[in-house]
Amino acid sequence: MRALPRASIWIRTAEAVVLAVAVCFSLGATSAASRFDNLSRQLMCTCGCAQLVGECDHAGCTSRAQEMTELTAGIAGGKTDQQIMSAFAAKYGATVLAAPPARGFDLLAWVAPFAVFGAAIVGTILLIRHWGNLPGGRMEPIAESNPATMTPEERARLEQIRRETGTDGGF
Amino acid sequence: MAAFGSFALLIGLALAAYNLAAGALALRLIATGQPARIAPERLADTARRAGIASFWAVTAAAFALVYSVFTNDFSITYIMEHSNRALPAPYKFAAMWSGQEGSLLLWAWLLAGYGFVLRLTHKSDVKLYAYAGTILAGIQFFFLLLLNFAAPPFSLFSGPTPADGNGLNPLLQYPEMVLHPPMLYLGYVGFSVPFAFALGALMMRYPGEKWIKITRGWTMITWLFLTCGIFLGMHWAYAVLGWGGYWGWDPVENASFMPWLTGTAFLHSVMMQEKKGMMKSWNVWLIFSTFLLTLLGTLLTRAGLVSSVHAFAQSSIGTWFVVFMGIVLAVCVFTYILQRDHLKSDHQIESVVSRESSFLFNNLVLLTACFVILWGTLFPILSEYVQGTKVTVGAPFYNRVAVPIGLFLLFLTGVGPLLPWRSTSMKAVKRNFVLPCIALWAVVIAGPIVGVRPWHDGAFDRGNFYALIAFAVGAAVLTAIFSEFLRGARVISRQTGRNLLSGTWQLTRRNTRRYGGYIVHIGVVLVVMGLSGQAFNRSQEAELGLHTKLNIGPYTLDCIGFTQDSNANYNSEYAMLNVYRNGKYQFQMTPEKRLYLVSGQPQTMVAIHSLPSWDLYVVYEGTNPDTGRPIVKAFLNPLVGWIWFGLAVIVFGTLVALVPGVSSASTAALKAQAERPVAEAVLKGGD
Repeated sequence: MRALPRASIWIRTAEAVVLAVAVCFSLGATSAASRFDNLSRQLMCTCGCAQLVGECDHAGCTSRAQEMTELTAGIAGGKTDQQIMSAFAAKYGATVLAAPPARGFDLLAWVAPFAVFGAAIVGTILLIRHWGNLPGGRMEPIAESNPATMTPEERARLEQIRRETGTDGGF
Repeated sequence: MAAFGSFALLIGLALAAYNLAAGALALRLIATGQPARIAPERLADTARRAGIASFWAVTAAAFALVYSVFTNDFSITYIMEHSNRALPAPYKFAAMWSGQEGSLLLWAWLLAGYGFVLRLTHKSDVKLYAYAGTILAGIQFFFLLLLNFAAPPFSLFSGPTPADGNGLNPLLQYPEMVLHPPMLYLGYVGFSVPFAFALGALMMRYPGEKWIKITRGWTMITWLFLTCGIFLGMHWAYAVLGWGGYWGWDPVENASFMPWLTGTAFLHSVMMQEKKGMMKSWNVWLIFSTFLLTLLGTLLTRAGLVSSVHAFAQSSIGTWFVVFMGIVLAVCVFTYILQRDHLKSDHQIESVVSRESSFLFNNLVLLTACFVILWGTLFPILSEYVQGTKVTVGAPFYNRVAVPIGLFLLFLTGVGPLLPWRSTSMKAVKRNFVLPCIALWAVVIAGPIVGVRPWHDGAFDRGNFYALIAFAVGAAVLTAIFSEFLRGARVISRQTGRNLLSGTWQLTRRNTRRYGGYIVHIGVVLVVMGLSGQAFNRSQEAELGLHTKLNIGPYTLDCIGFTQDSNANYNSEYAMLNVYRNGKYQFQMTPEKRLYLVSGQPQTMVAIHSLPSWDLYVVYEGTNPDTGRPIVKAFLNPLVGWIWFGLAVIVFGTLVALVPGVSSASTAALKAQAERPVAEAVLKGGD
């Protein structure tokens, strides 16, 4: 069997990792207890405590008790997570959902951070490349590092690097 | 005392106004060289002295408020609303910042204090300090205007003086609340100083980068205060709110986190300017943004724009803040446009894979994180404006969006220090990254074996998955940092014949900035690992009768009774729980429920037993109104102690970085010897 080139091995490994992660992310909670736990942390308590319904710590909080009952009934009734969330939103309003739904205008809430992040990464890489191409941006490599045989310019460069590697970094 | 306090605030306002006007005039005269009746230097000095006097005036006002709290002067509305006779003495101090007016006075006093120190140390650079002092006077003028006209702390109660006050909010009657707000404010207010230096340096076209060296100490101390303030707030939320967590992505928490992120970015990117003359405009805007974010945070939480469980001091001062922020932004933009040619940077950068690039990416990620939090905080307002309906942007949003960005930042924390300046070679990458990569994969493989599994109940669990990634990246970062220490210590050890421990000590002493920074990074990794433990929290709730048992993890909680207590401030009920582990008695926990007499408000006092592996956290929630039986909720929260220990490491690292490095002649030669191999390795394309 012909050996794969080294770059190809890396690419295939990366593909396998991405695929494994994608498969993992596509799996949803299956057991009723898991679903209950998961959903109770995606809904707000409506008593005004600004806490998730699964984390509301008010003794005898009637809102929490009611929401928990409805959640249990929804899961037992065979509803999907989406149907349960929609039912809560219809009954209590959109503010009962702990995060904006990923549709319509609210989709923007989810898209904007990653769009900004991606654009910033690409922008930074382009900026670095641009700076690297500016006159003086790319420094010539110094082949010989023996201080005794260095030119004054190389010596100055060595000093600069010593300064940077010796006193820079940290705060 | 109310009249004295009000008068002191008026005097303070007049002095700040003089400081601003005379300082600005003097600097204008100096800049243009126009002749004047009074020498501009003398005028500037009178302005400086007015600033110093303003500090004493605001101190007198702060003293008047504290004195009034301690003497129960309920003729002052603020005292009546935020204190009462039975309030314990430490909380009487806390009353000062528990309401709008008092917290603004604290802000003004701290700002005056920073200004006082700055004006006393003006001889470092008289002109730059004069600019900074005048800008600070402008900020001080705004806060004193607020205190005199919009939110006066000494306004008198209309009607007969009440016999007792309304008391302090029970949520605030906790030891951290005596420390957390002043720490946070020291951080918030402190960023005014680097802001003033940056704006002043830009206005006067300050030559060179000395202003950065001058402000570095200020910025680091401010950053440290803000860090401590945030963590104290987290601990308060953990110990008082009783929901088992410490960070809920609440708007008030977000408001404190945003300037921390930009401040952290500034601390990193100024190094590029200091050493390589790069990112000058970027740095100026970073510190401008940090200052503006401190104001925005105050606006968000005070103006009632967003709802929060932490907003204890809402009022109608939002308009004042909007106007002030508008003025500050206009001044910043105008000055920048006018002086932008002064900020021309050198762009010596060669490779995407280099130390310089890692600084850029670090800044990018910190700012993206800041944007995400600002976006999430403001999105409900935007959504309501566009759609007419408000939405909630809570923890699930941030956990999905901010956590991956945070993990990338953690990754950069480890990668950055391993990258050489200029560019790198494959050989250097292999040498520097082998150990961290081994550590990373070891944790990825060992994690599921020891219980850190990215699934739960047979289904994929996003929280667990992120936790595993955080542990793995954290292990890689720790390995990278320790190998950096080891590499340097070995060189010193070889050169001096000392052992590795002594070599590490010498290494750190010689370059406190770099190695102090690494220690801070270790603290950050510990904090992240502690936060990741949250994914594995467990909780059990039960109605407990006598000798009813509650099992959680390896513990069994046996209820042996309930008792009551009372004092002048509150009545309390305790649950007495004997804790067994594997059938063996360990200790007793007494979670408490208080009822504050004046306000009639209930409050939980959580019982926490901390171990390095986890916290056993027990809340006595009160009695079920239907059954009359007491409800106890127990949590087993893994690794929470790592968060607080991580903070201690961060504080230690920052203090190390603040200490000047040893640069005596005796060590200079040694230093050159030790650094030569490193520098030569860099020239050869190594590390």
